[in-house]
Amino acid sequence: MLDQTNLWLSEVEVGSHFYWYIGDNSIHGETIIVTLMVFVGLIILSLLGTRGLSKIPFGFQNFVEFIVEFIEGVAKAQLGESFYREWISFVGTIFLFIFFSNWLGALVPWKLLVLPEGELAAPTNDINTTTALALLTSLAYFFAGFKTKGLGYFRRYISPTPILLPINILEDFTKPLSLSFRLFGNVLADELTVNVIGSLVPLFIPVPIMILGIFASSIQALIFSTLAASYVAESLE
Amino acid sequence: MIDHVIAGSYVIDATLEIGFAGIGPGIGQGNAAGLAVEGIARQPEAEGKIRGTLLLSFAFMESLTIYGLVVALSLLFANPFVK
Repeated sequence: MLDQTNLWLSEVEVGSHFYWYIGDNSIHGETIIVTLMVFVGLIILSLLGTRGLSKIPFGFQNFVEFIVEFIEGVAKAQLGESFYREWISFVGTIFLFIFFSNWLGALVPWKLLVLPEGELAAPTNDINTTTALALLTSLAYFFAGFKTKGLGYFRRYISPTPILLPINILEDFTKPLSLSFRLFGNVLADELTVNVIGSLVPLFIPVPIMILGIFASSIQALIFSTLAASYVAESLE
Repeated sequence: MIDHVIAGSYVIDATLEIGFAGIGPGIGQGNAAGLAVEGIARQPEAEGKIRGTLLLSFAFMESLTIYGLVVALSLLFANPFVK
């Protein structure tokens, strides 16, 4: 009976996926396709940016250096002078992946490509992607903590007083939960508002909301990487 | 018949959820924006910095509404109690 609701809102496809089957497991094909596109795009960007490096950057190298400096700024603001260098790659990977996948979902008219089921969209539109990114962040800050403090890292669970032990343990679960829900919800909400308003008034009216979506999705990439860096910084201290 | 009642109750629940989830962040964003305007009026040269911080904190407040939205969407489209 909820299928009828789905049919009625046929413009808005939530929860229907283009399944691929590998053995007994099913994977979301449309997410994999767009994720691979993001990978290829990022590889091409970095190859073009580092080809024929010169002391005085011009053209594309200039642009890529601007991106790297921006990421450096984000990492430095959270991690401080002494630690930021080794974590630039992590923060930058997360930022660039989210940024590219959000913009790929927002800028390309995927509706023109019809799949048997589901539709092509930003990979961050799938909660599995965002959860994977959030769990990666969890692993990263545990790794950072163990690397700097060894087993003494566990002392943070009883850090102010042992009374806070349950809250400190709970924090390890709420961090990835809130990270993944924030990104997933924002991307999905953008897409839903554009789709709903587009199905009501197809012309011109959705354009400001699309622009807002492009802006908001780039802010989300910034927020995810900032938060990841600050969690890492928290366990490094 | 009873299925329709249950489905309707989920729809009402989802709308209530969005509405209530909007209240707190709305108040918070209003407060933040008002204080930012005050800050810019007092110190117009700090506008860039204030704007950046404001946008970042807006996104954090908005994420609270988004949590409500995610729960509402999962009630509507991926409800574990219906299938």
